[in-house]
Amino acid sequence: MLLKRALSIIIFFFALSGCKSLQPWVKPHQRGILADSIMAFDVDPASAKYMNHVYEAREAARGAESGAGGGCGCN
Amino acid sequence: MVVISRRLETTCYCLFKFTQLTKLFSILLLLVAGLSHAAVLPEDRTDMLYHAYDGGGVEITGPSVLVRKGFKDTISFSASYYVDKVSSASIDVLTAGSTLYTEERTETGVGVDYLYNKTMLKLNLSTSTENDYEAETVSFNVSQDFFGDMSTLSFGYTQGDDVVMQNNNDTFREDKQTKRYRIGLTQVLTRKWIVNVVAESVIDQGFINNPYRSVRYIDSVANDGSITVGRQPEHYPSTRNSDAVAIRSMYRLPYRAAIRAEYRYFSDSWGIKADNFELRYIHPFKSNWSLEFRARAYSQNEADFFSDMFEYFDAETDDSRKEFRARDKEMSAFSDNTLGITVGYEFDDKYLPFVEKTTLKIYWDRIMFDYDNFRNWNLSIIGEAELGNEPFYSFDADVLRINLAISY
Repeated sequence: MLLKRALSIIIFFFALSGCKSLQPWVKPHQRGILADSIMAFDVDPASAKYMNHVYEAREAARGAESGAGGGCGCN
Repeated sequence: MVVISRRLETTCYCLFKFTQLTKLFSILLLLVAGLSHAAVLPEDRTDMLYHAYDGGGVEITGPSVLVRKGFKDTISFSASYYVDKVSSASIDVLTAGSTLYTEERTETGVGVDYLYNKTMLKLNLSTSTENDYEAETVSFNVSQDFFGDMSTLSFGYTQGDDVVMQNNNDTFREDKQTKRYRIGLTQVLTRKWIVNVVAESVIDQGFINNPYRSVRYIDSVANDGSITVGRQPEHYPSTRNSDAVAIRSMYRLPYRAAIRAEYRYFSDSWGIKADNFELRYIHPFKSNWSLEFRARAYSQNEADFFSDMFEYFDAETDDSRKEFRARDKEMSAFSDNTLGITVGYEFDDKYLPFVEKTTLKIYWDRIMFDYDNFRNWNLSIIGEAELGNEPFYSFDADVLRINLAISY
């Protein structure tokens, strides 16, 4: 159910991106700040994975941890 | 003959899993085929991590290594090795009448990231072994940048096939399977602001219990009101479905520093609802140094079939789940709060010609657990509290991570 809702939202985003009036407003040459390593969601993957493991072993909640969303393609 | 038969079964099962993955791969490829724009392979680097956890009578230490190398800007291979050396005299161990035990878990993994035109495909395989648990995991992810590279859409599927065993009981061997489905969207909002939304459903089937844990129940009540208790093995349902959705965001401040915020909501078919919020502040200084401060808060309610003290043998906790019972503290209502700091240093010295960058980071976190309906049974066992009326359990844990990353 949750995935269906998430998929609907994403399809909505796709539909929105098809509108000619809506154009990308941050150009590739304007992404220097986003490419800075301090803007990475998790800069050390092994370390972040370990911390997720620490929490998942001691809490009932699991899933949707950091890193599943991919990068920003701004390098 | 039996061995050959088992091998044939395993081979057929692996082929079946491979066919399933191939189908999934094709569907996801079709989904992203109409999209375009650039993706970037992960950086070539080696991470060497030392990790240490100390809290609640449990000490876990070990190394971890992750090596990644790309070729021709289209393919990147990774390999990982991870060890947990466990020394435990936790409250679960003590109340079970056991003493300190030690064990070791080893996990190895390989992965490949493939950049096809402008689509990123990732495949990871890992295997984990310890003396009473084995796990094999296959994970597949596909992601695609679009909308002028401002958006990244990703899909993922992970399947884990585990075998649960029990020390000192050679006949005990149960299977557990976990399937994870996730979808994510990362969106550039401004030149300084990026947001990521992820939803993930997890389905567990098989033996989900911890085979060593038991519940306590009131065995008899004396005239003066004092009680004696009995023990009975826990009994969990054989399926568990859960959904989690998280939103996280990075924002660059007017000076060179960033704020990261995260919120996650979770619910499952056992009646547990949980959420957590985290805030981080990242601040580089003096060109080579960096500091990070973080705070995290987590809380959950108890599972439908959790009770600290069952009223009688084979007790019912809820009409709809009368056959199930648990006293795991992870199934109780509790909250935990984390405070953490990271100090990082980037070395200028290029000690080898192919090394581009070397960074050392030391992470320290203090996690404070407070249980709302899980009592410290051990206190009454050692005579420091009245049985059934012990104070609620709480403990603090320290987590240390030392991460050396070499980029090349």
